[in-house]
Amino acid sequence: MMKHKYFKKLEEQFFFGLMQLATVTILFGLLFILFTILWKGIPNLSWEMISQKPQGGFYMGGGGGILNAICGSLLLGLGSTILGLLLSIPIVIWLNIYAGQYSRNAVMVRTALDMLWGIPSIVFGAFGFIIMLALGIKASLLAGIVTLTLLILPIMVRGMDEVIKTIPKELHESTLSLGATRWEMATRVILRKALPGIVTATLLGFGRAIGDAAAVMFTAGFTDNIPQKLTDPVASLPLSIFFQLGSPFEIVRGRAYAAALVLTIIILVISFLSRLITAKYQKHSR
Amino acid sequence: MNLRILIDRFACRFSAFLSVCCVALLALIAVGLIYKSWPILLEHSLSELLFSTIWSPMKGKFGFLSFIISTFQITIFSLLIAFPICLLSATYLVELAPRSILKIVLPLIDILAGVPSVIYGIWGVLMIVPCIRDHIAPFFGYTTSGYCILTGSLVLAIMVVPVMMHLLIQVLQAVPHELRDSTLSLGATHWQMIKLVVWRKCLPGIMATTILGISKAIGETIAVLMVVGNVVQIPKNLFESGYPLPALIANNYGEMLSIPQYDAALMFAALILLAVILFFNMASAYILKRVTKSIT
Repeated sequence: MMKHKYFKKLEEQFFFGLMQLATVTILFGLLFILFTILWKGIPNLSWEMISQKPQGGFYMGGGGGILNAICGSLLLGLGSTILGLLLSIPIVIWLNIYAGQYSRNAVMVRTALDMLWGIPSIVFGAFGFIIMLALGIKASLLAGIVTLTLLILPIMVRGMDEVIKTIPKELHESTLSLGATRWEMATRVILRKALPGIVTATLLGFGRAIGDAAAVMFTAGFTDNIPQKLTDPVASLPLSIFFQLGSPFEIVRGRAYAAALVLTIIILVISFLSRLITAKYQKHSR
Repeated sequence: MNLRILIDRFACRFSAFLSVCCVALLALIAVGLIYKSWPILLEHSLSELLFSTIWSPMKGKFGFLSFIISTFQITIFSLLIAFPICLLSATYLVELAPRSILKIVLPLIDILAGVPSVIYGIWGVLMIVPCIRDHIAPFFGYTTSGYCILTGSLVLAIMVVPVMMHLLIQVLQAVPHELRDSTLSLGATHWQMIKLVVWRKCLPGIMATTILGISKAIGETIAVLMVVGNVVQIPKNLFESGYPLPALIANNYGEMLSIPQYDAALMFAALILLAVILFFNMASAYILKRVTKSIT
């Protein structure tokens, strides 16, 4: 009897130790990644890197910077986020107001969106490529933006959907009882109430669009210039990192680390912004 | 009729149309990929494409078996690494750790879930590849360049961790407190409660999370492409290079229009990925649906 009790205690101690070890491993591993990017990126980062376009022989170690990729990524991210916002807000309104939150049609659309969410970006890239061939467009800013929009649409819609779902039904009913149409209720009451959630979902989509490489590989092309119109090809940070990392020249690989640091900083800023907005919103609603 | 009501009617139609487009998009992706890979399906039988290992596009031979096996090897090994660690750590954070630790860890996990895969790839190239080449492989008596299945699995494992942790913490938090209290009051130890009650109660949720982790791992492209070596072969051990399906598509998009049927072959690879991932997602959705039904 005593032996059994002792064993129980020992087993518990063992597994609790294992759990703590697992948690420490995860935290250490994740912090180690950020640390590696900082450690390798900072020595290679310079003002020239982020303020100039690549000059002749850039990929052999010549002068210049990655301004083309930074601008390209921001353009791709902004374009797809704006297009995504224009599409996702009507869909969210339909899901929650016109179709009825838990109606059969709404559930079907939500399931389809969840499936789309799971589709890897390389498949979206291939699909974007098919559309490009069908419409006869070349690899361009436009094709990249459209492909990225398809990629982030499910993320944005489901993110907003989860927030709007939590708005109390009484608010819907009291607005309608005052004589508002459903459209007026949606735009003036529900969307306003859900605004912080919408901003957070939008930032999430922006972060995803800016960091994705596989979807823009086929569709956006790559160039050393900053695009002037929608039909120009466009560079992006992830692809710039990817191409430079494969270089045999030490100095070019160093630039890849610096570009990775720039990308990480952009992502971290977006992440902190959305966290700040959520925190502020929670303070007000209490 | 009143303008306000007209606007409302129009908005209803318009938003319904966009929502239907979402469902149509899913079908359109599948149809588009099937249409584009049709030429290769006409010339070769499905079993030849899926179960042949001969890959020489110049001679018109397209056997996807080595790519499929690489994909599954990397996915399975990364899940074998990530799953136990995630489950133990999520359980620790929910059941044992003070609330304050969870409050610090959760935002950190969410931030890392948003870090682009190319960053994880760089980390793999800088840290994991030399470590495997210089320390781990010699320890087991193998020589390798470091760009191998094990490296890909490790990088993938650490990428899946934030996603799985987030979902697992939600699943574990959903277990009602009464269940915990009543188990403890019957004289069970804390560990017995976790093992026999909490995990058992969460089993469907844990399964659904794992399946989602698998489907995320299968489709991951850039990070794996950077560290896995990209050699067309069936890897015999963990220290040999592999060539997963997403890497195949991403690496060859440049020359795909110059060799006949090559574009169809790459689209077929994308189609395989889509089919596998839709299957896993549906399985996960089905399990979760059954769970929510059994709870309510």
